Amino acid sequence: MEKVGIIGTGATKFGELWKQSLRDLLAESQLKAIEDAKISERDIDMIFTGNMCSSDFSGQSHLGSMAAEILNVNVPSVRVEAACASGSVALRQGIQAIKAGEADIVLVNGVEKMTDVQTRQATTGLMGAGDEEWEGFNGLTFCGLYAMMARAYMHKYRLTREQLALVSVKNHKHATFNPIAHYHNEITVDQVLNSSIIADPLTLLDCSPITDGGASVILAKENIAKKFESPIWVLGSGQANDTLSLHGRKSLTEIPATTHAAQRALMQAKIGVDKVNVTEVHDCFSIAEVMAIEDLGLIPRGEAGRIMEEGQTYFDGKVPINSCGGLKACGHPIGATGIKQVWEIVKQLRNEAGKRQIGNADIGLTHNVGGTGSTVVVNVFGRDRENKGY
Amino acid sequence: MFLDEIERTKDIKMHRQSPIMRWRKYPERYRLEGNRCNLCGRIYFPKKELCECSSREFSAFQLSGKGKILTYTEIKSSPEEFSEMTPYCVGIIELAEGPKITAQIADASVDELNIGDPVEPVFRKFFAVGDSGIIHYGIKFKKIE
Repeated sequence: MEKVGIIGTGATKFGELWKQSLRDLLAESQLKAIEDAKISERDIDMIFTGNMCSSDFSGQSHLGSMAAEILNVNVPSVRVEAACASGSVALRQGIQAIKAGEADIVLVNGVEKMTDVQTRQATTGLMGAGDEEWEGFNGLTFCGLYAMMARAYMHKYRLTREQLALVSVKNHKHATFNPIAHYHNEITVDQVLNSSIIADPLTLLDCSPITDGGASVILAKENIAKKFESPIWVLGSGQANDTLSLHGRKSLTEIPATTHAAQRALMQAKIGVDKVNVTEVHDCFSIAEVMAIEDLGLIPRGEAGRIMEEGQTYFDGKVPINSCGGLKACGHPIGATGIKQVWEIVKQLRNEAGKRQIGNADIGLTHNVGGTGSTVVVNVFGRDRENKGY
Repeated sequence: MFLDEIERTKDIKMHRQSPIMRWRKYPERYRLEGNRCNLCGRIYFPKKELCECSSREFSAFQLSGKGKILTYTEIKSSPEEFSEMTPYCVGIIELAEGPKITAQIADASVDELNIGDPVEPVFRKFFAVGDSGIIHYGIKFKKIE
């Protein structure tokens, strides 16, 4: 099977970007990735763009055409939607297109323009990631769904509210080292606990923000990628799906699709999760990071509270999680998130992450969740190293 | 008057204003009618078209509505149509017959709820689309004291 390498990445600033439209964001990240790879737009055989809400928030569907028009090309170009996992699912389409021999070089984008609508409208639009008939129509919000998981988890594993707040505190700290991050301010446990309750027990500072942003990566087949300076290889990519609704799940305290997707990705990569040096997980709400690191097998189940108290999930700790600041502090432009995670892993594996650089990172993992765990993608990446066997 | 009406309903998503979208689910939404597989006896709510045993043969099944709270939250930041009743509690209820459903928990504040509390169904107003638009109703749950 064809091996796939990443030869370029690009990302816009993440934040409330009043001056930039959906199209501006898409153009900026695409052009940055093409520039980073030092290729021409005419080298690209196919384009995939992950996006969830452009129809709701900008009145614009048909992003495939928009992406191609920006580059003045006529190649096949498709919008991919899988809620908050749209970016990663788009990436998988790109990987598959190369593996299938349909394309040599593929551009994959993730983009979301969220601040053109009011917060309340954005909240309602995002509810489309859940089960509209039985969750949305009953007045649930996404924060509400994760709040219900948080309550079930805290009840089962005796996680304290203070321990849960450590996710946001750590991710804000990491974001201060990331120039593209939405927030550059540090926060304290007290601030998390005392910020307004959005859906009990989760507060405002447990929630990822409403952010504008775009990110792009360029994939190439092996014999092209290896001619580039420092290609990052896709060692494995797994996706698993589960029920659309949270109430349909077998468990409320874990996300089984994470475990399944990780098993598939790690099996392809032929490594254990203990070999991973740098991990980006989907912390749309603080509790999501807690469940993710346990579901991925990075730490034993029910131990997250203690391990976070020991500071092990900081970028210089034993299990570094979300060195870019995560969704919480780097920001969460829905469709862009999965690609931004890859952008961060590429930075880390190329040793270009500056003050947040994690030691001598060889293997990176991304974990991207759509809905409450309805779609999960896990990807494993590695850099070229002699005698490493990949 | 007419402009007021537009002002109040403009933030409600189009599909939530649709009467027909809810009307077709009345048996489930108004009286908790699920279905049961004729082959293996599994009970579903909401209704399923294909059973986990691969059967497609189902009969309607009336759920008792008795159940217990598996988890819950209190929504303080809500979509526009629910704003007049905010804050409100929502939970996942495990029904006595097995299925789990998401529903509002009425007549209680979050401090009065516990995981495991027994509940029963009540028929309640969900929200109104402005002053002259459709009023949506459905089943909420209430703690059994």
